[in-house]
Amino acid sequence: MSNRATNILVPLISVILGLLVGAIIMLVSGYNPIRGYTALWNGIFGDLYTIGETLRQITPYLLAGLAVAFAFRSGLFNIGVEGQLIVGWFAAAYVGVAVELPKIIHLPLAILAAAVAGALWGFVPGLLKAKFRVHEVIVTIMMNYIALHVTNALIKTVSGGGDRTELIFTSASLRSEFLQNLTEFSRLHYGILLALVMVGVMWLILEKTTLGFELKAVGFNQNASEYAGMNVNKNIILAMVISGAFAGMAGAMEALGTFEYVSSKGGFTGIGFDGIAVALLGMNTPIGVIFGATLFGSLKYGALNMPNEAQIPMEIVEIVIAVIIFFVASGYVIRLFLLRAANKKKEVK
Amino acid sequence: MTKRKFGLGLSLMLAAGVLAACGTDEDTSNGSTTDDGGEGTEETSDFSVAMVTDVGGVDDKSFNQSAWEGLQRFGEDNGLEEGDGGYAYLQSQSDADYNTNLNNLIRRDFDVVFGIGFLMEGAVAEIAEQQPDAQIAIIDAVVEKDNVASVLFKEQEGAFLAGVAAALMTETGKVGFVGGMDIPVIERFEAGFLAGVEAADPSVEVDVQYTGAFDKAELGKTTANRMYQGGADIIFHAAGGTGNGVFTEAKERKESDADANVWVIGVDSDQYDEGQVGDDNITLTSVLKRVDNAVYNISEQAMNGEFPGGETVVYGLSDDGIGLADSRGAIPEDIMTQIEDFKQQIIDGEITVPETVE
Repeated sequence: MSNRATNILVPLISVILGLLVGAIIMLVSGYNPIRGYTALWNGIFGDLYTIGETLRQITPYLLAGLAVAFAFRSGLFNIGVEGQLIVGWFAAAYVGVAVELPKIIHLPLAILAAAVAGALWGFVPGLLKAKFRVHEVIVTIMMNYIALHVTNALIKTVSGGGDRTELIFTSASLRSEFLQNLTEFSRLHYGILLALVMVGVMWLILEKTTLGFELKAVGFNQNASEYAGMNVNKNIILAMVISGAFAGMAGAMEALGTFEYVSSKGGFTGIGFDGIAVALLGMNTPIGVIFGATLFGSLKYGALNMPNEAQIPMEIVEIVIAVIIFFVASGYVIRLFLLRAANKKKEVK
Repeated sequence: MTKRKFGLGLSLMLAAGVLAACGTDEDTSNGSTTDDGGEGTEETSDFSVAMVTDVGGVDDKSFNQSAWEGLQRFGEDNGLEEGDGGYAYLQSQSDADYNTNLNNLIRRDFDVVFGIGFLMEGAVAEIAEQQPDAQIAIIDAVVEKDNVASVLFKEQEGAFLAGVAAALMTETGKVGFVGGMDIPVIERFEAGFLAGVEAADPSVEVDVQYTGAFDKAELGKTTANRMYQGGADIIFHAAGGTGNGVFTEAKERKESDADANVWVIGVDSDQYDEGQVGDDNITLTSVLKRVDNAVYNISEQAMNGEFPGGETVVYGLSDDGIGLADSRGAIPEDIMTQIEDFKQQIIDGEITVPETVE
């Protein structure tokens, strides 16, 4: 079989298998899969409102995916995207409420604050890894909890004992009347454009700069990179800082676009953790992240419509969505299976 | 070779079609019956009402569940069916879902949509602005819009009575309070509880812990474990699903030692069933927050065309929006009289229970 056929067939079979198993699960639980999938489809593409909301949901996934993918390319496993996102969210919202400036200064300032906060949160594990070889997975996981509770405490202080900040000034908002009118009052905001630009930025850094080359080299083999005269420690810290900045910007999307405020949280948002899957689905490439984020964001948002339109309980919906993602992610297995089958046929001949 | 692969793919797709077809047959009949039912009820009453839960869901044995029970009761009393044109709920998976869920229900033409919980304040305010014709009610928060009815409770009054009960019942002189997130609503519970203990017996110590979450039973369990270990014998929880862990810990202690002196005071709904251990029960009483009554009342008002839009309705001890559950003998008669005494004083306004912790 030609390579091209496999490349087309593998994702196709994965999706069909995922949908099929999902359908069986719905059937066994006594729900109509056709109604379920119609509801899912309508929940993603049903009308302009849902399309707008789907795009809105994809936005933070894009940036979170980029953050994980970037660290991955440098051989680092950044589990801390969640925490970096939360501090970024807080920083952007804080800048959004604390001062009122002309939009041209205020909005970039708020986004920058989020990026810096996220970068700082990435810097700590980067530094510990570079200087003391402390494993970044442990540090970033712990930094997530620190981020969650520190921001909760800060929100309480900033809001004078309340549980959420005021709405940000419109001068810091990513939302626009134009987009809202276009999509029947969805929360779609200009963040999606920023996120797509960041996809380009990541590609530029990785493919077109010396820095990117060094980062990738460190990711492939630290010893070889060091032997080649690269400063491995510097690159580890830089990779975490840039990754953290992407994650912080994902938080800015929530602060300046989706919510326009920050409220104290009882648990993690989950976006950062889903970002790991998004990056892996996209094979850690910038373009791949677009596909991963689109799949994740669409399914996540569309799933909300399944209990609404088809009366399928949320628990079943979650299983179905997980199954679809599972099959898409295991495309490699299907590829292997196809190759094996192809080889066998050759032998028979 | 390629042909064969496509054949495989094709047969898979066919299989999917066949399976799906089975599903349709079965479920169209189902679907049509519910539709019929919906139309049938529309003749008797064309009022419909729905609610959006926070991440807890309608089986949280607490706040959301209480609201859903109120809605179900309202539906039954008025001959409504679950579903479009009757009553329904949507569960949120994250904070970002509140807007969508509220919007979805409004688009399905429910006459009144409830947002359950303070977390929905921002979303309700935003949707109320965008959908000026919708009638929205929010529990535990105030949204100042003409089409929004806000419902608040004087949690501190019920918690005060729980504090009195705990202070008079404790044998170790130490009681505990487990809070969910450190937010104004829960602070009212804490403030009331502290004031109640203070009023009944100032020598009793209170161990106050916040778990930071409403849906982490394991955290509730470890916190309760620490408190019982530290000498507390009665724990009052205001922590939603997290509080289920407090019950688990107390029940385990009771199970391994039938003479163990451990009690839990439940919250929001009567949590007596949660505390059953064999023939014993470790639920002392529960602070009732009648979200169900509030949901019922507002729905009824709206059905009669008297939706209290733009108003803030406050429920307390005096109108049975707040109260203590039947202790089923766990609290002896003489202590009950003292509790009743305090209750009367609060209703008469002789005692004002603080809303915040000093």
